[in-house]
Amino acid sequence: MKNFLRLLFLLTLFIGSSFNSYAAEKVEYLKTDWSFKGLFGKFDRGALQRGYQVYTEVCSSCHSMKYLSYRNLAEKGGPEFTEAQAKAIAASFEVKDGPNADGDMFTRPGKLSDKFVMPYENVKAAQAANGGAYPPDMSVLVKARGGGVDYIYSLLQGYEDPPVGVNLDDGVYYNKYMYGNKIKMANQLSDGLVEYADGTSATVEQMSKDVTTFLMWAAEPHLESRHRMGFKAIVYLIILTILVYFSMKRIWSRIETKV
Amino acid sequence: MSEKKTNRRDFLFTATYAVGAVGVGAAVWPMIDQMNPDASVKALASTEVDISTVDPGKTITVLWRGKPVFIRRRTLDEINEAKSVNLKDLKHPEKDEDRAKNPEWLVMLGVCTHLGCVPLDQKGDYNGWFCPCHGSHYDISGRIRKGPAPTNMEVPKYEFVDANTIKIG
Amino acid sequence: MSEHEYIPKSKVGKWFNDRLPLLTLANHLTDYPTPKNLNYWWTFGGILTFCLITQIVTGLVLAMHYIAHADMAFDSVEHIMRDVNYGWLIRYIHANGASMFFLAVYIHIFRSLFYGSYKSPREIIWIIGIIIYLLMMAAAFMGYVLPWGQMSFWGATVITNLFSAIPLVGEGIVTWLWGGYSVDNPTLTRFFTLHYLIPFLILGLVVLHIWALHVPGNNNPVGIDIKKPSKDTVPFHPYIVIKDGFALLMFMIVFAFFVFYTPNILGHADNYIEADPLVTPAHIVPEWYLLPFYAILRSVPDKLLGVVAMLSAILILAALPWLDTSKIRSAVFRPLYRQFYWILVADVLILGYVGAMPAEGLYLLVARVATAYYFLHFLVVLPILGFKEKTLPVPLSITEPVLGGSPNLAMAKNKESLTNK
Repeated sequence: MKNFLRLLFLLTLFIGSSFNSYAAEKVEYLKTDWSFKGLFGKFDRGALQRGYQVYTEVCSSCHSMKYLSYRNLAEKGGPEFTEAQAKAIAASFEVKDGPNADGDMFTRPGKLSDKFVMPYENVKAAQAANGGAYPPDMSVLVKARGGGVDYIYSLLQGYEDPPVGVNLDDGVYYNKYMYGNKIKMANQLSDGLVEYADGTSATVEQMSKDVTTFLMWAAEPHLESRHRMGFKAIVYLIILTILVYFSMKRIWSRIETKV
Repeated sequence: MSEKKTNRRDFLFTATYAVGAVGVGAAVWPMIDQMNPDASVKALASTEVDISTVDPGKTITVLWRGKPVFIRRRTLDEINEAKSVNLKDLKHPEKDEDRAKNPEWLVMLGVCTHLGCVPLDQKGDYNGWFCPCHGSHYDISGRIRKGPAPTNMEVPKYEFVDANTIKIG
Repeated sequence: MSEHEYIPKSKVGKWFNDRLPLLTLANHLTDYPTPKNLNYWWTFGGILTFCLITQIVTGLVLAMHYIAHADMAFDSVEHIMRDVNYGWLIRYIHANGASMFFLAVYIHIFRSLFYGSYKSPREIIWIIGIIIYLLMMAAAFMGYVLPWGQMSFWGATVITNLFSAIPLVGEGIVTWLWGGYSVDNPTLTRFFTLHYLIPFLILGLVVLHIWALHVPGNNNPVGIDIKKPSKDTVPFHPYIVIKDGFALLMFMIVFAFFVFYTPNILGHADNYIEADPLVTPAHIVPEWYLLPFYAILRSVPDKLLGVVAMLSAILILAALPWLDTSKIRSAVFRPLYRQFYWILVADVLILGYVGAMPAEGLYLLVARVATAYYFLHFLVVLPILGFKEKTLPVPLSITEPVLGGSPNLAMAKNKESLTNK
């Protein structure tokens, strides 16, 4: 029994670790404490709301978030804007709709059920406007990068002058956390770039953290209920395991063999 | 085996079964609930309709939540007819005033309450709607008058946003 | 097998049973005499049944929401993750369930290797098992294609291209598999169809696997035949049922941890990028459970031979009952084999590790040595060992495992399961 558990544990560990080892690039990312990590991890509502602000004011001019809807902003476990706030946010965007009775497309103010408005009509348009590079959709970006939130957080703060000997083409920038160090997105953040509604000082670090938290939620909107349910499920399983263990002992005690 | 021991064993097995059953139930529920309308479907609650082009005596049909909604602009004769009906003659008594807030406009789900077919406009014995599937006759207020349907056609939640626009849902 | 005929007590039961002997079957399954010394490594059969059913149930549910179309597959998966009630839970169970399934099947296979469960008279059980394993790999591979992410697309491209190694007809076969000139919508739709079909084939084979098992009965840690059923065995229910249940629950705790706390750790980040036929990801790696075979494929510098080596690595297992010439089943009484066994385990783990690494430099060298050893183990070591090895004395019966044997070794190896009191 003990040997069995030990081996099982080692196997799990092995599988887990062999994955980490090649999922992440061998760069030390900047560390910060994420409120959503751990068994009971939850999002910081303030950070999510600020992060949304950074996304709308800075990122959204190039990056789409096509899987999010305005209603998500008011949903539980997210930024939890009030329904009225979310409606106002939605209404501040012009949404293309149609065709109407005459067969024409028209624009109207956004509704909660609308998806986030995209900055470009399609990928080609996005590439044309960005020197050939497509600014990736950010809905699941955090999960689509090996380093996850740490990577995004570091990248936003990783702009540097290129080391001597590294020549950069026009429209290419040096970032020490980017794969290959060459990135086509210019540094977007500077201290005081946005004015936070809640008065938080908008340092580059703060904005990076807020927008990364927002992206994490965007990629895993059910993270909070997942953590809650997970804890309950595991506690339940442990209780049942204990009950079954003693039942098993009781049943096997009828014959004189140990389990 | 002493009596005390038997009891304890029974309790242990009962508890194990009970706790196990709770877990099975909890595990089955998500598999059932996933078939309910999802969040994106629930969000598509309302639709706005432009009614400025509807002439008196005509009906337009719009789609709301995947179902047809009849919007009829009734003539004065039709309104009078709808109001004059004696409630005692109705299978499902409802006043016309309760069904059409603005008597000129009747807004209702165009779904027969029998088995869900779409009734035909200006057909049937009561000058209203007639369901071709199993022969239910509705009057000009959408009330069931004859045939197998149990209730009047349903009036959804709606409001006049302005004189020319109705918001359904 | 119950020796005496089962007769239902009630009249209705008897009437029914005479026409369709379901009650006899149920009775056989509950009373099935099982060696009482089975250890926890034997619980993985039950765990695997659970895995299969979980995959089928969650898969059915996902298929209600998934759209098998190149333009919509990725979107529909995100729709499941965001909007469908409990969709995220069901998808994460299904995705991690595949990994748990393979974890369990590897333990099951290596248990069989250790205790010689593949030997006479259980060759058919073993071969059916290998077919199940092959089908599992096919199902897992096609399932991984369905989300239509970058790894889906490029994994599908690379694996289907394996067939192009076949001389003359290879290219034609690949085009046929794709239904076009590249992996595209027709490929996705047919993969979805097959991914839906295969689990039911596996289910059928599992029935045969268990049927074949119930003819000779279970092997056991001592690896000897049952001498006195009354003394050496216990009825499957309740003894084995509760023990399997206990092990299953522990397995589920590990499972739950993955699903709820690290649901994406076993997947690859690139699969959250929608498939793009113009850009190949920097490192293409299959899911972890296919890595050892991937390493074997890459360690051979020739295209055709690489594919041949990879396939033989699996198919060689089917010949194992005849490659292993030893008459003794359990490694407990085979001191030399036991050492080679652990070397093989390490070898496969090493193959898995280098399979995840870039195929260059030291990794490639290690992969080649490990590949060579893998085949050496089955083709040379096992046949010779059967003749040369000095085995330990085998006990007379399960209930007297150490009689006249070497108590220390046997005891150390299987302390819990072998001790009587």
